[in-house]
This record gives sequence, structure tokens and C-alpha cells, in this order.
Amino acid sequence: MKSATSTVARVATVVVPAVFLSLFFVFPAATVVATGLGADGIGALGDLAGSSRQRNILWFTVWQAAISTALTVLVAFPAASLVARLPERRRRLVRAMVTVPFVLPTVVVAGAFEGLFQRLGLDSGTIRLRHTVWAILLAHVFFNYAVVVRTVGSFWAGLDSRLEDQARVLGATRWRTFREVTLPRLRPAVWSASAIVFLFSFTSFGIVLILGGPHRATLETEIYRYAVTRTNLTTAAALATVQLVAVSAMVVMTTRLERRRGVVTRSPRRPAGTIPGRWIAANVTVAAVLLAAPIATLLERSLANNGGYGFDHYRALGHRVRQLPAPATTALWNSLVFAVVATAIAVLIGGLASLVVVHGRHGLARIFDLGLTLPLGTSAVTIGFGILIALDQPPVDLRTSWWIIPIAHALVGTAFVVRTMVPVLRSIDPHLREAAAVLGAPPGRVRREIDLPIGLRGLVVGAGFAFAVSLGEFGATSFLPRRPENLTAPIALFRLLSTPGDLLRGQAMALAVVLMVMVASAVLLIESFRGGSEGSL
Amino acid sequence: MSLSIQHLTVRFAGTTALDDLALDVCDGERLALLGPSGCGKSTLLRVIAGLEPHAHGTVKLDGQSLDGVEPHMRPFGLMFQDHALFPHRNVAENVAFGLRMQKVPRQTCTARVDQMLELVGLAGYGDRDIVTLSGGEAQRVALARALAPSPRVLLLDEPLGSLDRGLRDRLVDDLPGVLAETATTAIHVTHDHDEAFAIGDRVAVMHAGSIEQVSTPQDLWANPVSSTVARFLGHSNLIETADGIEMWRSDAARIDPQGELRGVVSRRHFRGQQYEVTVTLNDGRDARFWLVDPPALGETISLSLDRTKVRLLLR
Repeated sequence: MKSATSTVARVATVVVPAVFLSLFFVFPAATVVATGLGADGIGALGDLAGSSRQRNILWFTVWQAAISTALTVLVAFPAASLVARLPERRRRLVRAMVTVPFVLPTVVVAGAFEGLFQRLGLDSGTIRLRHTVWAILLAHVFFNYAVVVRTVGSFWAGLDSRLEDQARVLGATRWRTFREVTLPRLRPAVWSASAIVFLFSFTSFGIVLILGGPHRATLETEIYRYAVTRTNLTTAAALATVQLVAVSAMVVMTTRLERRRGVVTRSPRRPAGTIPGRWIAANVTVAAVLLAAPIATLLERSLANNGGYGFDHYRALGHRVRQLPAPATTALWNSLVFAVVATAIAVLIGGLASLVVVHGRHGLARIFDLGLTLPLGTSAVTIGFGILIALDQPPVDLRTSWWIIPIAHALVGTAFVVRTMVPVLRSIDPHLREAAAVLGAPPGRVRREIDLPIGLRGLVVGAGFAFAVSLGEFGATSFLPRRPENLTAPIALFRLLSTPGDLLRGQAMALAVVLMVMVASAVLLIESFRGGSEGSL
Repeated sequence: MSLSIQHLTVRFAGTTALDDLALDVCDGERLALLGPSGCGKSTLLRVIAGLEPHAHGTVKLDGQSLDGVEPHMRPFGLMFQDHALFPHRNVAENVAFGLRMQKVPRQTCTARVDQMLELVGLAGYGDRDIVTLSGGEAQRVALARALAPSPRVLLLDEPLGSLDRGLRDRLVDDLPGVLAETATTAIHVTHDHDEAFAIGDRVAVMHAGSIEQVSTPQDLWANPVSSTVARFLGHSNLIETADGIEMWRSDAARIDPQGELRGVVSRRHFRGQQYEVTVTLNDGRDARFWLVDPPALGETISLSLDRTKVRLLLR
């Protein structure tokens, strides 16, 4: 006996996210592929395959991602061990701190590194970092440090240390124990983190565009150059198709790895097989310099003017400059409004979709799970490009609509909401629902009394991430039509940064600082709310 | 007859968890359901609660079939081994949950919660957070929560299994009192025969998805119907004879130089009041008895058997 309202609710739970995703993700992505594999597209693909420049770009995209991944794992691994051995409360603090760089807008990070190179005199001369591959690699390590520390660290903290004790008692040295007992057990987490870092580095856009300079190109920046600078949509679509295929393969692989990681049981005991303290201290110092130096320089640069320090650059944000259609403060306000709207959409769609992933029938749940992870892995560039070419004619012409930006942002945000909600909902002991049912709660009431209050924490964390991501979103937004009322803070920052000369540098740095503070507060707020749950991102 | 189960069959992907099972539970009775792990006793509870579908058979309450009745519409309470307390609600809110589902007025509800907490010895714990409770306290809260809506039948799924020995013994002492005070019909699942004997008015021994024997603890101990039941209750002297299997209770033998059983002491454990002695009989079989002051290890022994403590079992 199911009432009509509960049937409506059940259908809406599936239909609302399905329609949203089909219209704003699947349809644009399909349009990209259709264009890329269309008659002109195949020709363009052929030209691309024949061009040594394009082959070099593809090769560069792959190897910079591989090196970025290896470097990140090397640099962050000891910190993961440190996080694992910290007591729960301090572990959360460290996790929150390393997460700030991860969610900082790419444009802000690019600006920070530009500022750092300028300050240290590395922007020109014999040792030049600006516009080199080193700049890209450094920035990728900066970004993804948190992924490795959090994924490996949380996993490590849950390993049973009695196995190490056993190995030591059986005569293994500390190092031998680490190599033969701890490391093999950490492998799933390391692989899983590596896969994510590789994916992020592979699809990195703002960093490569700004820090790589005009001569370094990856698939992402090449799609942008063809689509936006040269308005050659066919070639851009062909490139985006290659990108989509590569990314889909990687996302499927990553979810596989993650599933394997999920099998291990957690124990509250003291962490297993830790690394000697001195080595960790040295490594963490290096990491702290790496993470803190760009941010510190950013602050210093934003305050420096004519040999002294002051708030002139911040005051200048209120005035319109020739390079921007509106003052930077207007852009900041726009970004804030977009972020609120995008978060609301992401919470609604992501919340419903999470319920389908966890409680839906098997096949449906699998489709939703994958369909929602794809936008997270799919580069923002492909999302923006897809919306640009797919939603530009009736019946769905959103190109000139204000809504296009929050919707694009919400696509990425939805994936974050789902990724934080699903583990929380999954971790709810089925006995709780059964106990509620036996105590007289009908199915809908069980959702309301058990799943909702417990899942709320995951929902808030996901919403915070969605908010932070929207504030800093650059890749997708850069493809969408530019109008004064659509100017977001990251786009404004990009324009200021790409203006040659020092005139607007200070103002760019000031804008970057404001944006950074907004995002960082959102993240720190989330972390204080997250409590004991250890999500995967 | 309060709860009546007939021809109940449950299958999981090829294996039969419950096989044509029958069981009756009377009003106000405490039935202990005893069996090794994997015998289907938890499945039986879940079927009664409506959490598990069954292939055949009926579960009836006061003659009414419960087929198709959703779990939340059944007047039963269920207590899990892991307690399954709601972590986002405090003690009082947990106990009040079932009452809220019945739309009991707030004042009545508060009074009932206090009464329940007092009953389980946790008066004043209402505002406590679930995570601050010890294992025994959590178990008592779960009991209070299950009893608060006055279920017709309380189903207890190894509720003491996760507790350490001392705590368990205390709760085994307390539980029958609480159930008697509230006149609650209960089915108590356990794999421990001491616990089953202490709690059950009757004990049902379950094996491979069906009930082997239902009786009072005393009768069950003295007269097990099969070697499976005998072995599960701890009887170890099951001797093959021409007529069937003879069960010699471990208190059936007495040291007697003229006794008919002769052998050698092959194992000997001091258990406080008595020794637990394994005698290798002259025909090569081993038998285990409780004896006072037995001969040393390796020495010969002769015993006489009290035939009133010997039973012939079905093969």
C-alpha cells in the first residue's frame, strides 16, 4: 500500500536529477562527440593525427600529468604518514589545512606562483621558472598535495598496527617491516590517490594556460585556443572528443580502484608502521615552504606598492579598469551570487541522486554513480565547451541566459555533493533502518528520521565544496559568453593577470587574495563541520 | 496461542535457511531459541519481524496471518546484537522513537520514557549522548526502546552476544525480571545454552533451519530427543549400541570397585568441586564424567553407571 504522494516523491527522486544531468551534461557531451566524429570532425581528427604539433601536445599532456603525479606522491607520502599517526583532533586540523590549497581557484594559484617568480626574480634571466614546465609541475604538486595526504593518511590511520607488531616480534627491522608489511597494505590507497592526481593534472586548465605561457599547450588549453581564440569549433570538438574518451576511461578505472580501497576495515588502534620522526619533520618543512610560500608572496605582492606597503590595490578593486567590463568588486559579488545559486542546485540534484545511488535498484544506482562521477572527472573545459555548442539554439537556448553560469557550476558541484553524501549514507548501519521500521516507521518516515539527519552532515560538506568550487570555477566559465553582468571574479582575475606589464599586477594580487579568503573560509567551515567522517576527497 | 508459525521456508540464492519450520509461542511466555551460528535462528526472527520475505508457510498472530504486513505495521519489538541505537538522537529520544511513531501525546510519551529508563536501571540517563554509553548501558537503552511501545512480542537477536562475561551474567539475571514485570512475550535468540536455560520458560533447539526439540530447560537437559540436541547441550558421552545411541550423562558414573565400566584415566582436569575425567574404557571408547577424587593419570579405574541417567536417543 503505497500512497500517491510517496510514489510521486519516488519518481521525482529519479527523474529530477536524471533530467538535469541529461540536459546539461549528457546532451552537451554527446553534441561534442557528434561534432567531433561528424564528417568535418573526422577530417579534423585526421588532420590532428597527422600534425606533429598535435601529437606533441597529446604527449605533453600525458607526461606532465605522469610526472606531476609521481612528484606529488613522493612529496606528500611522509605527510600522509604523519597525518596517520596524529590523534584524531589534530589529524582533522592538518587535513583542513592541506585542503585549502586543493580548493583554491586555479587562477588564484597561478597568480600566486607568478607573484612568487616575480618576487624571487625567477621570471626572467638564467634561472627562469615562469612559463616553463617546472612552473606547471610545481603548481600541480601544490594543488594535489591534499589528495595524497588525505586519501593515504586516512586509510593509513585505519590500518591495524598489530600486524607491524607481529613483524617486529618475528625479527623484522623497522624499515623491513615498513617495506614488507605496511607498504603493500597501503598500495590500494596510493594507487587510488595517484589515479585522482593524474586525472586532475591531465585535465588541468587554468594552471597550464597561465603558468605554461603561450608556448606550452595541453589538450585542454588547445581546445580553448581553437574554440575561443580561433572559433574553430570543429577542431575543438575533435580535440574534446579525444579528451572525453581518455577521461572516461580514467574515471572508470579510478572508481574501480576506489572500490577496492573500500574493502579494508578500520580499527581505532594506533597507526601502523610509521616513518622515523626526523625524516617526516624535514619533509613537512619542505612541503610547508612549498605550500605557504606562494600564498605568503601573494599577500605580500597585494600589499606592496612603490617601495612601501598599503591597501591601495584593494581600494582600486572598486574602480573599473579598461580591461574589465565592470569593477572587480562587482565580479566578486557576481561570483558570490552564482556560488549560492549553484550550491542550491547542486544540493537538490546531488541530494536526490545520492539517494538513488544508495537505495535505488542496482542497475539504476550504477548508472547514476558513474554518470555523476563523470562530470567531476570530465574537464571543466569540456563541460563549458559542450554547453557552448549544444545549448545555443531553440528549444534550449541558454547562451544568453544568466542561468547558464550557475548551472555549469552546479554540474561540478553536484558531483562533489554526491561524492560526500554517498559514503555517509552507505555507512549507515542497515540495522538502524530496520530498528526504525520495527518501531513503527513507514519507509518514507525511515528516510526522514534516519537517512536525512545522518546524511545532513555529508550534504553540508558537499554543499561547502560545491560553493568553493563555484567561487573559483574558471575552465567552464571561460567558454561561456561574456557580458558585464556575467563577469565572475576568476575571469576578471585572469584578464588582469594576462595584461602585460606591472600596472595591474598589484590589483590582480589583491583580487586573488580576496577570492582566496572567501574560498578558504568556506573550506575551513566545512572541515569544522565534517566531524569524524573521513570522506575520500 | 499468541504467535504461531507453520511450514515456514526461506531460501537464499540456492541454500535453504529455514526448512518447513513450525513453532508456537504462548502469551506471556519467554521462549529461548537455541542453536549454533548459521542454523537460521536470526533469519527466523527477521521473518517474524517482516524484514525478510519467506518462500512458504505462514506466521500468524492470534490466528491472523501476517503475510504482506509491512514491518512497521507489526506489533513487534526487535533488539539487535549491535543494539542499533540511533547515533543522532540522545537516550530519551531513542526510547521515545516507537512512541512517536504511534503518535502518543508528548506528555504520555515523556512519562513512558522515564518509566522505561527506570525499569532498565538507567533513570536520569535521558539526556545522555549515545556515544557516551558503555556496552551494557547501550544494551539497556536498546531494551527500553524496544519495550516502550509495549510490543505484543519482543524479538531479541543475541542481545547479550557483544558483552563481556561479567556484564552478560548480570543482564542474564536481570532480563527475565524486566520481561516478567512488563508481561512481555519474548523470543530470545542465543547460541549459549546457559543463557537459554536462564532466560527461557521453554527452549527451542534449532538445527539446519528447523526446530529439533522444544521443551522446558530441565526436560531438555534430561531428555534430549536426538544426538544433535544432546551434543549441542554439552552431552559428550554418546555411545553407539545395537538399539541406537545411548547418552550417558556426565554425572551418571560413580567410582565403584565392583562397577561394570573399567578403563584407564586418560585425562583429568580439576574444576573446583569436582574433576572432569576422561576414561578410556577397555573396549577403546572414551567417556567423560564428573568425579570426586579420581585416581591419578594413567591409573586404572572402575565405575558403575546410574541407569536413570542414561537415555536412548534416536539415531
